[in-house]
Amino acid sequence: MSPENYLYLAALLFTLGACGVLLRRNAIVVFMCVELMLNAANLALVTFSRMHGNLDGQIMAFFVMVVAAAEVVVGLAIIVTVYRSRHSASVDDASLMKL
Amino acid sequence: MESLIGLLIGAPLLGAAVLLVGGRRLDRVGHLLATLLAAVSFVLAVVLFLDLLGEESEARTLHQHLFTWVPVADFQADVAFRLDPLSMTFVLLITSVGTLIHLYSIGYMEHDERRRRFFAYLNLFLGAMLLLVLADNYLLLYVGWEGVGLASFLLIGFWQHKPSAATAAKKAFIVNRVGDVGLSIAILLMFTTFGTFAFEPVLENASGASEATLTGIGLMLLLAACGKSAQVPLQSWLGDAMEGPTPVSALIHAATMVTAGVYLITRSGAVFDAAPDAQTVVVVVGAVTLLFGAIVGCAKDDIKKALAGSTMSQIGYMMLAAGLGPIGYVFAIMHLVTHGFFKAGLFLGAGSVMHGMNDEVDMRRYGGLRKHMPITFATFGLAYLAIIGFPYLSGFFSKDEIIYAGFSKGGTEGWILGGVMLLGAALTAYYMTRIMLLTFFGEKRWQPDASGHEPHPHESPLTMTIPMIILAFGSVGAGFFFDLNENFVHWLEPVTGLEHGDSPVAHGTVGIAATAVMVLGVAGAWWQYGRRPVPAVAPQGRFLTRAARRDLLQDDFNHAAFVRPGNYLTRGLVYLDHKLVDGVVNGTAAAFGGASGRLRRVQNGFARSYAVSMFGGAVLLVAATLLMRAV
Amino acid sequence: MSGTLAALAAETSTSQGEAVQFWLLGPLALAGGLGTVLMRRAVHSALCLAGTMVILALFYLANGAYFLGMVQIVVYTGAVMMLFLFVLMLVGVSATDSLKETLTGQRWLAALCGLGLGILLIAGIGQVSVGSFTGLSQANSEGNVQGLASLLFTRYVVAFEVTGILLTIAAVGATLLTHRERIERNKTQREQAEERVRGGVQLPPLPAPGVYARNNAVDLPGLLPDGTPAELTVNATLRGRGQVREVHHESVPAVRALESRVARYHGQTYVPGNGESSSVSGANGGTRAAVNGTTAVADDAAADHDNNGEGDGDEAGKDRP
Repeated sequence: MSPENYLYLAALLFTLGACGVLLRRNAIVVFMCVELMLNAANLALVTFSRMHGNLDGQIMAFFVMVVAAAEVVVGLAIIVTVYRSRHSASVDDASLMKL
Repeated sequence: MESLIGLLIGAPLLGAAVLLVGGRRLDRVGHLLATLLAAVSFVLAVVLFLDLLGEESEARTLHQHLFTWVPVADFQADVAFRLDPLSMTFVLLITSVGTLIHLYSIGYMEHDERRRRFFAYLNLFLGAMLLLVLADNYLLLYVGWEGVGLASFLLIGFWQHKPSAATAAKKAFIVNRVGDVGLSIAILLMFTTFGTFAFEPVLENASGASEATLTGIGLMLLLAACGKSAQVPLQSWLGDAMEGPTPVSALIHAATMVTAGVYLITRSGAVFDAAPDAQTVVVVVGAVTLLFGAIVGCAKDDIKKALAGSTMSQIGYMMLAAGLGPIGYVFAIMHLVTHGFFKAGLFLGAGSVMHGMNDEVDMRRYGGLRKHMPITFATFGLAYLAIIGFPYLSGFFSKDEIIYAGFSKGGTEGWILGGVMLLGAALTAYYMTRIMLLTFFGEKRWQPDASGHEPHPHESPLTMTIPMIILAFGSVGAGFFFDLNENFVHWLEPVTGLEHGDSPVAHGTVGIAATAVMVLGVAGAWWQYGRRPVPAVAPQGRFLTRAARRDLLQDDFNHAAFVRPGNYLTRGLVYLDHKLVDGVVNGTAAAFGGASGRLRRVQNGFARSYAVSMFGGAVLLVAATLLMRAV
Repeated sequence: MSGTLAALAAETSTSQGEAVQFWLLGPLALAGGLGTVLMRRAVHSALCLAGTMVILALFYLANGAYFLGMVQIVVYTGAVMMLFLFVLMLVGVSATDSLKETLTGQRWLAALCGLGLGILLIAGIGQVSVGSFTGLSQANSEGNVQGLASLLFTRYVVAFEVTGILLTIAAVGATLLTHRERIERNKTQREQAEERVRGGVQLPPLPAPGVYARNNAVDLPGLLPDGTPAELTVNATLRGRGQVREVHHESVPAVRALESRVARYHGQTYVPGNGESSSVSGANGGTRAAVNGTTAVADDAAADHDNNGEGDGDEAGKDRP
């Protein structure tokens, strides 16, 4: 088996995650889909690392994880705050960007 | 002494400012303050006059430089005044008659609740006119010129609640504007030709410029003069200007406004002397207006409009004289001064009559007023005798001199001009006698007006009669005094110059002929109006009468020649503007608006929708990257 | 197992075992991803995601990223997903999402973009990689963690420090966002009691549910003497969620029959339906504050009602007015 298969899997998962972001309205699920995309990217990075024989890819994946963790913390805090004031976790309800 | 000139102008201008800014709290003293300031102005004028008399006749010129108005490289305009015998004459006329009219207005406007404002405008009028005649350069003269236009607009339309008054004010303003354009073009031409506006350099170097330029300047100055002095073809505003209060008419016709044109022509004499073609046009305009005004004056039943026609005609005399060059300048101004007295007297008399007749202006409803208004009758009568040229009254001297100057032009022209002016004199006698007969003689013809209010003719209060009496003295004595030792000629000669043409007829003959045609005119009028009772409703009359009643179709002509084509042009332009210009503009706007409206839907506020856009963009980027690699 | 995986990763080509593992777990990972996207309940989505993450952790291990594999499990599956679940609990665990699309064209556009991206990525990968790969045997020679560490603290030390700052900021930010300052004094019990009296709300404990019902459940409303269900007897949270069970129509006549039988037994005349005497009627329970879902489901509704009088219940009420 070629390690490229990992890349294909990563691509598929990434696309799935992206579609989830676009289709789901629950902000938490949207967030989970973003996590899925990040994980797919991580898989690709790890695979690259292996293909190229150095650890830089893994370092990148590590940083991605750190950033993702930070992002999750802040993002969930925002969701909780929004839910408190609007009683809804739907991303469509916050359509205030329109005049 | 020079500093008094500024004060002279400043007094009425200050009065106008104080009265307009001061507001209602000055309502009770406004008229007194204005009259006082006008009188102050007059006193200063007299002081300056005595000062000038003390000088040698060649040195009778005062200058006052107040400040530099526009100091830009070659474009230098000063606020500076020049007082010489010519402007002194005007200043005396303006301030004296102006003060008397102020005094008269106190009584005339007594019941008008906007009297303070009226006096403010009167002061403004006076100040602007003084600025006009005292200016040292054409640019400052233009300021006064426009000030006079503004004040006349405000005063003619003073009873703005009457649509006719508002329209008349607008008409006067617009017609004047045509003349003003002429003046501004003339000033621009002067600047490009001589590089300055000041009278002295312009007039001294006038002979140095090309004749074509000078003719152009002269014609433009004439256009300006026609506008202000109501000469053909810009005469149409004067009749309608009678919508203003009568003192305003008196002021416009006697002391200010219409005299400005004559002043301008006389002041710019050097330009005209060097441009004979322009002079000829001035003479023609004067002659035509002379007859025009006289004919209109013969037909009008409205006392003020008949007098307005008379003014037009008399100013025609002055223009004609001014167009004759140095032969006529002095007499133009002399006639202007005497005319100022008797025309003011006539208008104030007419105002007094109207005052006693519930503001009735139709002479066919007067009749037999001499018993009811003896003072008005006496003063009006003296002014009447003066204007028709009754021997040894004011008009006799000044008009005879102009007629004689016309003959002095020499050749066929001289005969034509003399003939026209004699005809004018006959007509003057005719229409003035008509006014006299209709107003003061015959049976009483007045009736209750629409509200059943029968007029009770009565003599006017003292504030109104005193000015009339003073003016009557002026009408009687001014001409004789001016003619005595040729006082007036010697006084003005240093400024305007004087020449004696070679007249084919003797001076005395002209006087006899003028008196003869005057008698003829009076007799004609008596034949028509004195012999038999006058119908209270005007008979239909022949074509000329009807045309004259319509101001010789001047408005119809203007309407057909300017207004209607103008309307068509405007309509065409509006159509073009709507369809073409607006079409392009609105079309562009609509296109952008529509496109934006469609594009706006992309911005629906839903985060997921935006995310799709981002995702699509990312896809495109990936595709582009791959494509670049593949290529 | 890790030994085998290490051996696998050390190779320059993948082993048979790894292929088996990939083909077994890869579809599962995909299925997990699909589940994440398609499950109607957020909790299910979260579970699917957790599963995918664990599988990815295995793939990391298989690819020689031992440290990352462990971190994936510990940090992602353990911490992050738990955080997700906590928030889900906070927001409402039982709510199901409607998958019906409300934005016109959104679904089509998303599908189009997704399809496009998928095709492009796969085409791109297929075009670029040419099969040759190095393997990590050399890079991992001193151990994966040591190798990562030596890179992290030398070449990437600045980025590492920055991520540290980032995490600190995130922690402070989250605290700031969720923290709420109390701007007024806590009410004493006495003040609360006075307020209730003045406000005219239900003073005694609310009626208990399940009276006259066939079974003694909290989601069954008590019946008034005339047999109509009394909504007030059911916990407000359950009412809010629409989880009140209906008293079946048949039970009402049955109860009435029972009543009349009892009356006959006692030798009395059965008079049906005069509900005015009930303490339940006329109570305006509508103003009662909703109670936090986690504490609401109590065995005894009366206990819950008692709670409501205390400060604790009011606190919860403030959170969800």
